[in-house]
Amino acid sequence: MYDVNYHRAGSLEEALKLFKAAEDGKFIAGGQTLIPAMKTRLAAPSDLVDLRHIADLKAISVSGKTVTIGAGVTHAEVAASADIAAACPALCHLAGLIGDPQVRHMGTIGGSLANNDPAADYPAAMLALAATIITSTREIAAEDFFTGLFETALEEDEIITAVRFDAPEKAGYAKFPNPASRYAMAGVFVAVDGGAVRVAVTGAGDDGVFRSAELEAALAAEFSASALEAVAVPADDLMTDIHASAEYRAGLVVAMAKRAVAMATS
Amino acid sequence: MTNVTMTVNGQKVSGSVEGRTLLVQFLRDTLGLTGTHVGCDTSQCGACTIHLDGKSVKACSLLAVQAEGAEITTIEGLAEGDVLHPVQAAFKEHHGLQCGFCTPGMIMAATDMIRRHPEGLDEGTVREELEGNICRCTGYHNIVKAIMAASEAVKTGSTKAA
Ligand SMILES: Cc1cc2nc3c(=O)[nH]c(=O)nc-3n(C[C@H](O)[C@H](O)[C@H](O)COP(=O)(O)OP(=O)(O)OC[C@H]3O[C@@H](n4cnc5c(N)ncnc54)[C@H](O)[C@@H]3O)c2cc1C
Ligand code: FES
Ligand code: FES
Repeated sequence: MYDVNYHRAGSLEEALKLFKAAEDGKFIAGGQTLIPAMKTRLAAPSDLVDLRHIADLKAISVSGKTVTIGAGVTHAEVAASADIAAACPALCHLAGLIGDPQVRHMGTIGGSLANNDPAADYPAAMLALAATIITSTREIAAEDFFTGLFETALEEDEIITAVRFDAPEKAGYAKFPNPASRYAMAGVFVAVDGGAVRVAVTGAGDDGVFRSAELEAALAAEFSASALEAVAVPADDLMTDIHASAEYRAGLVVAMAKRAVAMATS
Repeated sequence: MTNVTMTVNGQKVSGSVEGRTLLVQFLRDTLGLTGTHVGCDTSQCGACTIHLDGKSVKACSLLAVQAEGAEITTIEGLAEGDVLHPVQAAFKEHHGLQCGFCTPGMIMAATDMIRRHPEGLDEGTVREELEGNICRCTGYHNIVKAIMAASEAVKTGSTKAA
């Protein structure tokens, strides 16, 4: 790892100021993606601005149907939150499947979304829940937020402060984890609200997280796992790598969708 | 170089580190606490597991400066004098180690796991919760046995928890 100047921010304003003063700064939250990337020199910022001690980023609130989760909330805290479990248990289930306990104690929802790893779990949930990503300057619909592999709509000096979504009537998540890394080889989040079905797929797309028109159409006609029996997801835009071919992933996506629907209807 | 101060195994310690110094390097090289091991470069093996403010984390994936002001517990902080911590005693009793390289990380993960599951642990949960700890020797069976026995011992109050 190259050497780096470390700054700890106590507030959002301070974080933005410290970032502005840095030559080639980067925000750090849980560090569970950034530190490994710095160790391999894939990332080499001159300065790190630590967001982990900003109290404003750590709140979870559920009021009526509206769920708001601070960007600094860890995966372990989402997994264990009784308030979130009452509104959207599928999201707690998803958070509990990320990595391992040690990673979940440090890693945050804001860091995961800003990183937008094509095999990360949270992006699928945000897209299926039609969530809003709230930043230091604006609000961005999940639909417009994820723009490609490791790419988002965020400006360099923009901090995610929270995410907000309406509790769905039903939701479920299932992933087939890569046996070594635990990242998704295919992960499917389904959400039903006000008669609309949204299905988002992570781990499988050539261009990151996406909504599946085929799965949504089949589930809108009948919301059951058996309704997916005859559905095929086209392999054209899916990923082929050393772990699996696009065709294999197409099969996994349908299999995971069935499990996610079973969870949503159980 | 910057100065960092934190509490390690109940004692306040300070040292001078570079921004890039990992917490595990600070513990091993500056403080001489070599019980915390480094088994990989990819944040996956868990040999470096310690507790940061009471929670298990990987000391190889955290800068020393990020731990400024924190409470750290390492494997060296578990036993009380000559009396092993119940999880350490259970690993010994149930042959939960062979070469011992992964053991400090396993034990730090296990004490955290037992803390989070006061209701007790079944085998499936223990195996899932060990996702972040890799052992090359034991095949895990005796590690799982040891953790379940330690959890039972802590639960029935025959010994104290971490
Ligand atoms: C062994 C291992 C297994 C893992 N398995 C999984 C898995 O199964 N599924 C999964 O989804 N993830 C997995 N992860 C990644 C993990 O979820 C990370 O926690 C997450 O991707 C990044 O969150 P962080 O808080 O650690 O962010 P950091 O590493 O601190 O930051 C990541 C990026 O986000 C930026 N950033 C952080 N916070 C903000 C913010 N509030 N606003 C703007 N930018 C910000 C940083 O500048 C950086 O570019 C794994 C990681 C490890 C080490
Ligand atoms: S040394 Fe392998 S996870 Fe830390
Ligand atoms: S006992 Fe040798 S690596 Fe686990």
